Amino acid sequence: MRADRRSVLVLAGGALALVGLRPLAAREADRLTYQEALRAITAGREPSDGRVTLELPKIAETGNSVSITVRAESPMTRDDHVVRLHVLSKGNPRPNVATFHLGPRAGLAEVGTRIKLSRTQQVVALAEMSDGTLWRDQASIVVTLGACVEDIWLD
Amino acid sequence: MAQARISVPKTAAKGEIVEIKTLIQHPMETGFRRDLDGKVIPVHIIERFVCTYNGEVVFRADFHPSIAANPYLTFRTVATESGRLEFVWHDDDGSVYRESAEIEVV
Repeated sequence: MRADRRSVLVLAGGALALVGLRPLAAREADRLTYQEALRAITAGREPSDGRVTLELPKIAETGNSVSITVRAESPMTRDDHVVRLHVLSKGNPRPNVATFHLGPRAGLAEVGTRIKLSRTQQVVALAEMSDGTLWRDQASIVVTLGACVEDIWLD
Repeated sequence: MAQARISVPKTAAKGEIVEIKTLIQHPMETGFRRDLDGKVIPVHIIERFVCTYNGEVVFRADFHPSIAANPYLTFRTVATESGRLEFVWHDDDGSVYRESAEIEVV
């Protein structure tokens, strides 16, 4: 899938050089809606609320760099552990933010990073467990000044 | 060459869960910005990060453009044995940046 996307991008780059198309228009991943991105992860499973916690500030002066922490309750043993933690944005032009791949070697399912937010919105965290279950948390954040997004993506 | 900084405890007890922090200098261009001439600045991001502990992958991350510039990560790993932690960042331009740290498990 990665290679496909890459080759699409390379083709798009060629098209850009030839006819001056905007490179973004050809990137399929950019066209994903939040619901589509969510479906790609859930693959028919219904996420339950609980077992995962998304921490982010209630308000951010700027959306350029917002600290988040995702934590899942799990014994993190060989038989029972978190496989992946996903972060999705409901309000950014692209819904996917990050996926973290974990295993029993992590000891504790807790990951922190900093993200960009283009506007006031909800951020969603999903935890995929080794037994195949999916858990969800979401949090709202008010973004006073969004991360740099011009109307390019609206075209 | 991107500047990377990492924080790994020098020593840990066997079985202890240690916190690892990493930071790498990178613009994480979203593709939604224009330069001074009005041209779209193309997407340019770190798309993948991998941490290995004595050669075994213990943590991986897939990044999208919504990760803030200078990607910062904190995660945990169990101190199983003395050895080397390696950190590899994959740039979408094909570049690979590496860092490593030794940990002594007592």
